[in-house]
Amino acid sequence: MESATEAVFRSLADPTRRALFERLAREGELTVHALTEGSGVSQPAISKHLGVLKLAGLVRDRPAGRETHYRAEPQGLAPLIDWMGLYAAFWRERFDRLEALLNRMDP
Amino acid sequence: MSDEAALRSIVVERVMPHPPEKIWRALTEARLIEQWLMKNDFVPRLGARFTFAAKPMGDWDGVVHCEVTEFDPPTRLAYAWRGGSRTNRAYGAVLDSVVQWTLTPEPGGTRVRMEHSGFGAQNRAAFEAMSGGWPRVVERLEQASRGTTGP
Repeated sequence: MESATEAVFRSLADPTRRALFERLAREGELTVHALTEGSGVSQPAISKHLGVLKLAGLVRDRPAGRETHYRAEPQGLAPLIDWMGLYAAFWRERFDRLEALLNRMDP
Repeated sequence: MSDEAALRSIVVERVMPHPPEKIWRALTEARLIEQWLMKNDFVPRLGARFTFAAKPMGDWDGVVHCEVTEFDPPTRLAYAWRGGSRTNRAYGAVLDSVVQWTLTPEPGGTRVRMEHSGFGAQNRAAFEAMSGGWPRVVERLEQASRGTTGP
């Protein structure tokens, strides 16, 4: 199983998917049809890219009649933020311990 | 450092009221490193391989595999920092990174700077996407990275 962090990285590494995600984040909910128009990419390809973004937790879909609507899920980026935040907290705490050790050491 | 680079590395920087030589010892003597960082078998030599023993998580045995890539007493030290497993999310996720220490003498002490870089370097595009577009997301990332730059 792929980690959530890698899934996010991998899905956004593709320029078409990145453009789709950016557009949804900017414009709100859009149909597959609207996302396909003017994109220069076929509708099946757009649907496939949206599927990858959905698996990574970056978009959510809502079927309505014959159309499927998609919206961005910015909190899907959380694994990335948490991951770095975890290391940041780790190093700050270790700096505290380094200072405490230096105060204990002989000059 | 550019914003993009800032998002891909963690920087902690502090001025400590101790001479560089003393801080260098705390960074390069295995017995001392263990007291503030982790159990280790550090070897103070350029090119030496060593390990840190972190807490295991899932498929990852907790071993951080390192290699000294810079060794210039008492000012510069760097080591590769590799570990983790593909099956882990946050803690214990795969990381192929570099930890770099810089000690700069200052009146009354030493500026200690640590930069841990390589977060997502293998997928630069994702970070470019994040710094390119959407204010809300970028703002959240900035909040996350601001906490990392120390006092």
